[in-house]
Amino acid sequence: MRCRALACAVLVGVTACGTGESSVPLMSGTPDAMMLAGTAGDLPANAPARFDFGRRASDDRIALWDIDVRPDGAGLPPGRGSVAEGRAVYDVHCVACHGPTGTEGPNDQLVNSEQWDLYPTGRAVGNYWPYATTLYDYIRKAMPQLTPGILSHDQVYAVVAYVLYMNEIVPEDAVMDAQTLPAVVMPARDKFVVDDRIGGSGPVR
Amino acid sequence: MARDAETPRTDRSNLSRRAWITTASGVVAAGLIRTQSDAIRLSAQEAPRADPTKVPGRFVSPVGSRAPAEQPRRLLRTEALSSSSRTPLDQLMGTITPADLHFERHHGGVPDIRVEDHELLVHGMVERPMVFTMSDIMRYPRVSRIRFLECSGNGGGVYSRDRMPTEITVQQLDGLLSTSEWTGVPVSTILREVGVRPGASWILAEGSDSAVMSRSVPLEKVMDDALLAFGQNGEMIRPEQGYPLRLFLPGFEGNTSVKWLRRIEVTDAPTHTRDETSKYTDPLGDGTVRQFSLAMDAKSVITFPSYPYVLPDRGWWEIRGLAWSGRGRVARVDVSTDGGRNWVAAELQGPILPKSTVRFRHLFEWNGRDTLLMSRVTDETGYVQPTVEQLWEARGPSTSYHQNHQRAWKLARTGEVTFGLGELV
Repeated sequence: MRCRALACAVLVGVTACGTGESSVPLMSGTPDAMMLAGTAGDLPANAPARFDFGRRASDDRIALWDIDVRPDGAGLPPGRGSVAEGRAVYDVHCVACHGPTGTEGPNDQLVNSEQWDLYPTGRAVGNYWPYATTLYDYIRKAMPQLTPGILSHDQVYAVVAYVLYMNEIVPEDAVMDAQTLPAVVMPARDKFVVDDRIGGSGPVR
Repeated sequence: MARDAETPRTDRSNLSRRAWITTASGVVAAGLIRTQSDAIRLSAQEAPRADPTKVPGRFVSPVGSRAPAEQPRRLLRTEALSSSSRTPLDQLMGTITPADLHFERHHGGVPDIRVEDHELLVHGMVERPMVFTMSDIMRYPRVSRIRFLECSGNGGGVYSRDRMPTEITVQQLDGLLSTSEWTGVPVSTILREVGVRPGASWILAEGSDSAVMSRSVPLEKVMDDALLAFGQNGEMIRPEQGYPLRLFLPGFEGNTSVKWLRRIEVTDAPTHTRDETSKYTDPLGDGTVRQFSLAMDAKSVITFPSYPYVLPDRGWWEIRGLAWSGRGRVARVDVSTDGGRNWVAAELQGPILPKSTVRFRHLFEWNGRDTLLMSRVTDETGYVQPTVEQLWEARGPSTSYHQNHQRAWKLARTGEVTFGLGELV
């Protein structure tokens, strides 16, 4: 099977051209090189430069679905919420699954302020989550589990503030918004490292 | 014989076979009376157990069903929005998983999506942000690939030094593994359409389930072999596997193959969603947490004999199992019938496809003594499936994913088979 060189990018440890059944030797290409060359791995030889199936996405359509939030704060909406406001949100929408103090369950433990050296006990916000923005991203998309999307922007900011407060990461008078939330430094942040497994016959990682 | 997989089998099916034959013979006797002109006097043991040649068969039907006695079932963890079900690997043959037995892992339940409603938004660092209907996507040139999909949490039940189980089935242990022929459009084709801008290096893939499950994926991987998959084993993908559209990333941990895919955003950095920070990360026991551990390292498992099978007698038995690697092809599988002291190369059933399961087999003559049966895969990168001690040494006690170490089954002189790794560590 055909395996165009530029489409066969080398991800660390990916040794075969993943698109085909052939054993084409490794070829490398940076993402930029791939993009500029405009290649695609499995197109028939007579494929046009563009098919133009589909339609242009309007700005409104993108805005409707583009709701992710990144660690630098990109994607955070306008709004604000305090710890006190968050406590009220939590006691209505969260307490049944996460418990009065965020430790009782039955669903994921939210609160754990342990300082750990070798490995953590559990994967709670305070001892494990590397970015505070992930709380906003996740709660906005997926919580409350039975009524996802029901919370306003202000309510999400507020409950994020409250969860951070319960984990002793922000003070009781904290207010979260698009500026303050990305500035929160999570205790476990620097513990995260990128995968170093590469396959091959070297040491087990 | 079939069993109800919702409760792990604890009966001894093989031992009850003799009793079943006796019962069936009684049925045959009645059949012989009805066809007396052809009848020959046979002892009860020689008589056929049934004679379907004397009764007209059923008519054609619009959709088939399994033989009534064959009722393989997924094994459910819990009935909850975020839950999983496991493939009955010990009851399957070859490598392809019937679509209705493909394992499940959902984070917000299975959404009901009408194919005519579903759309994919592709935007971010692109020249032309686009919306595609399913009709649009299915008009693009397609490819089909036989590839495995495995949850990176598969095998987590046999990693703890303190709690190494013995009565655990292959389905309970490694049933978050399935193999299908996936059909779809390379994501690279779609990214070519929208025109990726220089500087882009990741995508965010997002599902339209109630968890809006989303994962960041390196653009290199996406351009290499990612599919927008809508076909599974010849038919439209099942709802539990992402109907009508999923991302499919060959060889990567299953969670990244985002189901019910509604959005791809091209970015210059990972988004650090919950499922790539709080979940699917690996505390290594040295103060660090491994993130974006995406490739599935090579792994093999013996599916027969395994708990709770019972070998009724000594003699010739075929050890059977599956091997796979997320980094390419399986190069070899070795089998040990003496607890890892001696290894011999197993037969591999071709074709050996990259990032697909391979069926291996090894015929051995059991002498009736206690022993441990093991398998060990080597992939084409030279990676050898590690021992659990090697993983403990490299990663400590706290990881919950990527536990691909060698398994062992204890074959006792009674013929009973139990999980035997605890005997070795």
